[in-house]
Amino acid sequence: MAELWFALLGLMLVTYVVLDGFDFGAGLLHLFVAKSDAERRTVLAAIGPFWDGNEVWLIATGGVLFVAFPEVLTTAFPAFYLALHLVLWCFALRGVSIEVRSHVTDSMWHAVWDAIFAVASLLLALLFGVAFGNVVRGVPVDQTREFTMPFFTHFGTTGQVGLLDYYTLSVGLLAVALLAAHGAAFLAWRAGGVVRERCLRLERKLWPAVALLFALVTLETYFVRPDLLSNLLTRPTAWLGIGLALGGSGVLVSSRRGTLDGRAFLGSCALITGVLASAGAAMFPVFLRSTLSPAFDLDALHQPRNSIAMKFALGWWPFAFMLAVSYFVNVFRANRARVSADDYLP
Amino acid sequence: MDDPSFWHRLQFAFTIVYHYLFPQLTMGLALIIVLWKWRALRTGQDRYDVAARFWSKIFGVNFVLGVVTGVPMEFQFGTNWARFSRYSAGVIGQTLAMEGMFAFFLESAFVAALVFGERRMSRRKHFGAACAVWAGSWLSGYFIIATNAFMQHPVGHALMEGVLVLDRPFEFLLNPWAIVQYLHTMMASVVTAAFVVSAVGAFYYLRAQHQDQARLYLKWGTRVGLVASFLVAFPTGDRQAKLVAEHQPITLAAMEGRFESGENAELTFIGQPNVRERRIDNAIRAPMVLSILAYGTPKRSVLGLNEFPVDQWPTNIELLYYSFHVMAGLGTLFILLMGISTFLGLRGRLEQTRPVLWILMLAFPFPYIATTAGWMTAELGRQPWLIHGLFRTAHGHSASVSSGNALFTLIGFTGLYFVLGLIFLFLVGRELAHGPEQEAHG
Repeated sequence: MAELWFALLGLMLVTYVVLDGFDFGAGLLHLFVAKSDAERRTVLAAIGPFWDGNEVWLIATGGVLFVAFPEVLTTAFPAFYLALHLVLWCFALRGVSIEVRSHVTDSMWHAVWDAIFAVASLLLALLFGVAFGNVVRGVPVDQTREFTMPFFTHFGTTGQVGLLDYYTLSVGLLAVALLAAHGAAFLAWRAGGVVRERCLRLERKLWPAVALLFALVTLETYFVRPDLLSNLLTRPTAWLGIGLALGGSGVLVSSRRGTLDGRAFLGSCALITGVLASAGAAMFPVFLRSTLSPAFDLDALHQPRNSIAMKFALGWWPFAFMLAVSYFVNVFRANRARVSADDYLP
Repeated sequence: MDDPSFWHRLQFAFTIVYHYLFPQLTMGLALIIVLWKWRALRTGQDRYDVAARFWSKIFGVNFVLGVVTGVPMEFQFGTNWARFSRYSAGVIGQTLAMEGMFAFFLESAFVAALVFGERRMSRRKHFGAACAVWAGSWLSGYFIIATNAFMQHPVGHALMEGVLVLDRPFEFLLNPWAIVQYLHTMMASVVTAAFVVSAVGAFYYLRAQHQDQARLYLKWGTRVGLVASFLVAFPTGDRQAKLVAEHQPITLAAMEGRFESGENAELTFIGQPNVRERRIDNAIRAPMVLSILAYGTPKRSVLGLNEFPVDQWPTNIELLYYSFHVMAGLGTLFILLMGISTFLGLRGRLEQTRPVLWILMLAFPFPYIATTAGWMTAELGRQPWLIHGLFRTAHGHSASVSSGNALFTLIGFTGLYFVLGLIFLFLVGRELAHGPEQEAHG
């Protein structure tokens, strides 16, 4: 049962990153790929019908984590107290910026909200990347499971670590580059015209940057978590992830030779899915690794057993998941034509 | 300052009260928009579509504010209330996860179609989108009320190794407290929406703008408002009070500021609780009414606070007393105002009775005050428990998050929400100034 919930949570988290990732990416690139008001409205029209639903995947993942592994959530959330509040405030400003920009026709009003949208998207991508880096590297959890982390301590990766060190920052930068490239692939597919041209040009720089940062993070991981790389080589589920990531990259590259924008975006989705899936498979069953001692690790297999809750949740979860997927398919189908600047005016 | 619990509670109270300003309108308004879309389909009259279109824009602004202030509520279970969450996740995790999976996805998938999609959809499909948003928002309401109802009246759980686990899932989901509290809360949100719709109708009518739309808002606002105001009091409010009397007798005593026990218990309309002297100062009372309201007969004794040890008393009896009386008093006035307005409307004289239009226009803040007071009654009445009878509030906050950290984020929320409030008022003000308009159907 615990293995199954680990996998389902992984599935939900990956869905979240792939979906909200493209609108974070669109936000990251907003100021660069869209210059005129019409172009910026096109970017917002492209993510308009999706961003709120995308964000729900995070809330839903948190909810399911709360049901399946409450110890993990209640240990990690106070630990990241201030960082999570930063995340919340960025989410609030970002959501408002997307919605209110078009209510007033004034260039200064637009400029302010465009900037807030871009900066909040950048901070969120960076913070989530850093958070993922923290999960991989580990956190100073002890037997009490009561601790808060400062933003930084000695910038090392063992003992009393802080949120930021060379490793978590590298992962943060990788997340920014990867989501920017992912967002560019999304916008190239949805926007068309000059926005598409700029996105394609940026993609030619962003994907190599992603590859470089990915190589750097892999190398660092070899020193920070050598066990992960050996897990990667010995676990067949991790091979699936690697295969998916390689396949996605191949699709991405081959699609860019022609004008198969939708296919290229799917390749990008597969790439992200593969990377996260292989990371998850290598980390299983540990959710929160302790940098103090392996005895304090929080893993999926040693959680309080709450069998009725798990069974009950397993009864409704597949149904709810299918419904959610069907809504998304519906929204994507309803918005399958390339967007224009006027699609999203209230 | 030394007690972190206080700052965590203040942050939760502030963020939840602020958050609930938005969903109470969107939940009620979603129903009214569905009714208008339905009338538009049935009658083919354009005015219903125009009304639904205009109010969908107001809905959209409220919805976004509801979303961005709602996400922090979910997070705070983990960040600020980790010990409570650790204890209760086995039970309430279920409804919180179901809210995300069943309600938020549904709402978020269709809200863009409702607000922006009319030009690209058939009338029937657009009606369907309105229904989906209504269903999503009301489902969300149920799951969150079921969570709160568990804290008020825990059922369906078991205790294992010091934490709660789910034992009888359907008993938990269909908690009788949840059903009553849900209907009471939903009807109250319809009251809020009805008052806001009436207020805008009165505003336009008094300014001699958009007369046809103004008449429509006044008619639907006052009639829906009368039905909903009545249902808030009876049977839902009445049932709620009887549940409190049955399961939380200390709370009932504190809500009424009642210290002495006895039958023929009187209802206090007005007066100031004096907790130190254990009495109500300057009280105006109605004999026997409290016994009848709580138990259906004057013969039953209503217990006073003196019967219970002080450490079981709600921690802020004065605020609880005032909250309850503000809620109940306003609720009664709502029935009166909407009754008079509907009576005048039925006789075709509402639009000519300018004093009533002025009152309707200025009355819209009061349902917000009443719902806030109602929630304060529920939450203060539950004290000193976080989960009634099982888990004390003082033990619920995250042990590792200090007072200073909680105060820091509280200040952050205050500043951010002030700015969001300004933007909200500005945008809604613009929509109102712009007004409803005719628009061709695609």
